[in-house]
Amino acid sequence: MSHASSSGRRLPTQWLGVAPFFLFAFLFLLLPAVSIVVGAFRGADGGFTFDNVAGLKSPTILNAYWVSIRVSFWSALLGCLIGFAMAAAVVLGGLPRFIRSPLLTFSGVASNFAGLPLAFAFIATIGPAGLITVWLRTEFGINLRAATGFNLFSTGGLIATYLFFQVPLMILIITPALDGLRREWREAAEILGATPAQYWRMIAFPILVPSLLGTFALLFANSFGAVATAFALAGPQLNIAPILLFSQIRGDVLGSPGLGYALALGMIVITGIANTLYLWLRSRTERWQK
Amino acid sequence: MVEPFLKIEHVQKTFGATTVVQDFNLDVGAGEFISFLGPSGCGKTTVLRMVAGFEEPSAGSIVIAGKDVTRLKPNQRKIGMVFQAYALFPNLTVAQNIGFGLKVAGMARADSDKRVAEMLDLIKLPQFGDRYPYQLSGGQQQRVALARAIAPKPKLLLLDEPLSALDAKVRVSLRDEIRAIQKELGITTVFVTHDQEEALSISDRIVVMYGGKAEQVGTPFEIYNRPATKFVANFVGTLNVLEGTVTDASAGTVRVGAGEVSLKGKLNGSKVGDTLSLALRPEAISLGRSAGREATLGGEISEVSFLGSVIRVRVGLGREAVSLDTFNNPASPPPTVGEKAEISFSPDDVLVLH
Amino acid sequence: MKLLFAWSAFLLGSLIFILPLVGMTEFSLSMRRGEYSFDAYASVLADPQFRATFTYSVVMALVTIVFGVLLVVPTAYWVRLRMPYLRPVVEFITLMPLVIPAIVIVFGYIRLYNTSSWLPLTGSDTGTNILLMFGYTALALPYMYRAVDTGLRSIDIATLTEAAQSLGAGWMTIFGRVILPNVFVSVLSGAFLTFAIVIGEFTLAALLNRPAFGPYLQLVGANKAYEPSALAVISFAITWLCMGLIQIVVRLAPRPPAQSH
Repeated sequence: MSHASSSGRRLPTQWLGVAPFFLFAFLFLLLPAVSIVVGAFRGADGGFTFDNVAGLKSPTILNAYWVSIRVSFWSALLGCLIGFAMAAAVVLGGLPRFIRSPLLTFSGVASNFAGLPLAFAFIATIGPAGLITVWLRTEFGINLRAATGFNLFSTGGLIATYLFFQVPLMILIITPALDGLRREWREAAEILGATPAQYWRMIAFPILVPSLLGTFALLFANSFGAVATAFALAGPQLNIAPILLFSQIRGDVLGSPGLGYALALGMIVITGIANTLYLWLRSRTERWQK
Repeated sequence: MVEPFLKIEHVQKTFGATTVVQDFNLDVGAGEFISFLGPSGCGKTTVLRMVAGFEEPSAGSIVIAGKDVTRLKPNQRKIGMVFQAYALFPNLTVAQNIGFGLKVAGMARADSDKRVAEMLDLIKLPQFGDRYPYQLSGGQQQRVALARAIAPKPKLLLLDEPLSALDAKVRVSLRDEIRAIQKELGITTVFVTHDQEEALSISDRIVVMYGGKAEQVGTPFEIYNRPATKFVANFVGTLNVLEGTVTDASAGTVRVGAGEVSLKGKLNGSKVGDTLSLALRPEAISLGRSAGREATLGGEISEVSFLGSVIRVRVGLGREAVSLDTFNNPASPPPTVGEKAEISFSPDDVLVLH
Repeated sequence: MKLLFAWSAFLLGSLIFILPLVGMTEFSLSMRRGEYSFDAYASVLADPQFRATFTYSVVMALVTIVFGVLLVVPTAYWVRLRMPYLRPVVEFITLMPLVIPAIVIVFGYIRLYNTSSWLPLTGSDTGTNILLMFGYTALALPYMYRAVDTGLRSIDIATLTEAAQSLGAGWMTIFGRVILPNVFVSVLSGAFLTFAIVIGEFTLAALLNRPAFGPYLQLVGANKAYEPSALAVISFAITWLCMGLIQIVVRLAPRPPAQSH
C-alpha cells in the first residue's frame, strides 16, 4: 500500500479498512432501526398507513407509555437529587479526602449492576419477606405495606430499585462537573459581596444546570428502556412500555404486528429525544470548561 | 501623623506545624501602591489572602480605615480583588461580570448600567459588554477582572499575581495600565508578584518577603540600592559577587583575586583572614579608570556581547568574574576578548554581605 | 454545620446501596432454618442448568469480545489514521445502541432475520447464536469503541505506522505487532466491560430463546426462594471483579509520555 497512489485508485482501498464496521453497523444497527420505523407505517396490506401509529391511542398502550414516563421521570429526578447531594457532599462538603475514590469506584460498579440480580437483591431486602420488611415488623410492629402503601412490585418499587443504578450514574457524571467549579469563582463572588446563597444562585447553579439537565435526560432514557429489572420484579403484568413490547414480541398480545412496530417506534422517539438532549447539553458544558 | 489606611499588625499564620507567615507588620498609606515581592512560598499570597479574609490570621490584627476587620468575612470587607487566573464568571457576559458587585449590593439597574459603561471605558473595551469571557484574550479578561473589582468603589484593591498568566508583552503594557488607573482613582492597592521588574517599575513601596518574613520595606530606589539583607540584594536586580579576604582590618583592605581594594568603614568588625562577599551592581562598575571610582582591579576580558546601544562585557578577575554594561560609542570599537582590562568602582557602592 | 449536612447526605444516600447488598447477602445465607449456611449457594452450584447456562454465557462473552475487538480496533485505527472525516459518522453509530433500547434492537432482529427473510438467522440454533453475538456486540459497541479510541489517542499511531512501514512491515504485521500491543490495555478495559454486560444480559437472550445465564436467572427467580439471592450475590461479585480488573489493568499499564496534539 503506497502513499503515492492516485486519488482515483485510493478511494476503494481506503474504504476497505472500515467496510466490516459499516457492514456490521448497517445490518445490525441501522437496518433494524429503519425496519421498525418503516414497519410502523406499513399496513397489513403492505401499503403506507398511519393506522398503526393511530392505534397507539389504545388505553393499554397509552397507559403503558404513561407509566413508563412516570417511572423514568421519578427515578431520574430522585437519582439526580440524591446523586447530586452525595457528590456535592464529597467534593464540596468537606468530607475526608479518602472517601472520594471508593465512592467513584463503587459507583462504577453499581451503575452496571442492573437487571435481574438487582431485582433479586431488592426483593430480598424490601420485598414481602425481605430483610427490612421483616425487621420493621418484628422490631417495631410496622407493616411496611400497610403503613406507607409501599409495594415493591408496583411502580413505586420499580422507582426505588432503579435508584440503585441511577444514583451512581449521576455521581459519576456530576463529580467532574463539580470539580470544574473553580475555587476562584466562589472567592471572587465572595469578595464582591455575595453571600454563599447568592453565589450558588447566580454563578454555581447556572454553570451546573446544563450538566444537571443533561444527566437527567440520560437517566430518563436509561430507565425508559430497561426491561429486565422490571420483568423480574413484577413479571409481564406490570404495564410499562418495554414490558408491553416484550410481551408483544413473545406473542402478539396486542393483536396486530403493526402495532408492535408503532410501540417500538414510540420508544425510539422518546429515548432518542432524551439522549439527543443529553448530548447537546454535554457539548454546551464543554464550552465553559476552558 | 496621618493614620495609615491599612495596618497589618503582628500577623502570623500557621498551618498545622508549619508557620507560613511570621510576625508580619506593615502600614500602608491611603492611595499608596505597595507590592509584596518574593519567590514562591515566601508567604506573600497568604498575607494578601488574610487581608482579603480568605484566611484567618493565627495571631495579629488587620485594620482598614480604622476598622478592625480581622474577624470579618470577605463579603463584608468592601475590598476589590483581582486573581491570577482571572476568575471571571463564565456564565455571565462582560457587562454582567463587571456589574456583579453592584447587583449583589442592590444597586438600581440604571445606576449600575451607567457605572459598568464607565468601567468599560476605563479599561478601553467599550464594545465588549455583551461578550462572554471565553471569547476574550487573557489580557482582555484580566482588564475585565480589574473593572469588576473596582466597579463597587472598594476601599482597598488587592491583586494576586495578576500578570503571571499573561504573555510578556501584554504583561508590560497591562502593568502600566493598572498603575495609571490606580493613580487616577487614588485607590490604596496591594500588588503581589514574584517579578522584581514589575514591582520596581510600578510601586510606591515594596515589601520584599522571604520565608514568611518581611526582609525589607522601602521605595524601589531604596530596595535596589540599599538592600538590607543578602537575600534582598540577590533577589532584586542582578548582582556581581566577589569573594575577598581581609588583609588589614583597620585600613579596611580586602584582597580580591590578585588585587586589593580598600573598603574603609565597611568592614564591620571583620578580622584579618575573614572571607567576605562583596556585591556590586553592574552599573556601579566601570571599564577602565573612572573619576570617583577609586578601587581598581585588573583582569582580562572574557566575553563581549554587542547588544546595540549597550555592550555587555564580562571581565575575568582570576577566579572571579564580573558583568558590566557600557554604552555603545560609535567613535570607538567594543573591547576584544582577551584584552587586558581594569575595572573600577567606588567603595561606597560595595555591599558587603557576610 | 456544612459538615453535618454533608455526612447526612452521604450516609443516607449510601443506604440505597448498602441495604440491598446486605439484604441479598443475608437472604442468600438464610436457606437453612435458624442458622446461616451456604445451602443456597450449594443448591445453585449443583444445578446442572446453572453450569450449562453460565458456560454458555461465558463462551458467548468471549466470542463477543473477540469479534468486537476484531471489528473495532482496525476501524478505530483506520479512521484515526486515514479517514478522520469519518469520525463524526462512526461516533454517531457507536452512540446508537445507547439511544435505541436493547428490546427495540432485538425486535428489529427478529423481524428482519427470521426464517422468512433473506438472511434466515433465526432458523437454526447456530444462526440464532450468531445473531445473539451480533446483538451483544452492538450493545457493547459504545463502550468498546470509546475505550479503544481513547487508547489510540494516547499513542502516536501515525508515527508508529510510518516507522513500521519504512522497516518493510505489511499491514498485518503492523496491526498485530505494533498497534495491538500498544492498545492492549484499552482493549482489556473494553473486554471486561463487555464481559460484564454479556453475563448479565437478559432481554436479547430471552427473546431469542437462547439458554443464557440471564433467562436462567429469571427462571430461578420465578420458582425458587433463596437461590435467586445467591445468584444475585454471585452476579454482583462478577460485576465487581470485572470493574476491579479494569482499574488494575489501567493502573498497571505503562503510561506513554504526554503528547501535545
